Amino acid sequence: MLENVIFLVFGMISLALLLNLWRLLIGPSLPDRILALDTMFINSIALIILYGLLMGSPLYFEAALLIAMLGFVSTVAVCKFLLRGDIIE
Amino acid sequence: MHNWMEWAVAFFLFLGGSFVLIGSIGLSRMPDFFMRLHGPTKATTLGMGGILLGSIFYFSLQQSISVHELLITIFLLITAPISAHMLIKTALHHQLKAIDRTRGERELKQGQQEGSPNIKKAMPENKRSKGS
Repeated sequence: MLENVIFLVFGMISLALLLNLWRLLIGPSLPDRILALDTMFINSIALIILYGLLMGSPLYFEAALLIAMLGFVSTVAVCKFLLRGDIIE
Repeated sequence: MHNWMEWAVAFFLFLGGSFVLIGSIGLSRMPDFFMRLHGPTKATTLGMGGILLGSIFYFSLQQSISVHELLITIFLLITAPISAHMLIKTALHHQLKAIDRTRGERELKQGQQEGSPNIKKAMPENKRSKGS
């Protein structure tokens, strides 16, 4: 039964990723697109963790942690660039 | 693995997945940016907490106690408000339009009419004292 639920949650997160992609494509302003990319990072972390659950191996957490750090740093860097015109002053 | 453990893991996974989906629906359906920010920062973070809790349960019951996922949970709970703060500062700086139903929209328009966006009131002088 757990496998069925994992596949159902896979479908839900894939649908969420598609909705984020739609917002990324039509987003009227620049902060909308940054927000959509940030949410896509978080949803891909969820996808990787679910894949690790399905495979039953705890090796995927390092990849998830790496993606979380990259997503946060890139979001803050792009926001900083839009705010001040420079990233590190 | 007993039956109730499987039910508990499945419950947490389903809860997390539905919150992630609700957050993304909010991101794609809300009418303006200040409303759109609500979905990913609150619902998606809660959904990630649910999924990671399910993962902690699964691996703790199968092998020994595992707390790797707690690291990701704490990291996400710390960084989601920070990135939301940066995004809303960027939106105020770019003077994005808000529709009439958005709460706090009158203050936003007042701030934009004075010629200085609210961001300067929020951080008054430390901008210049740092030197660039």
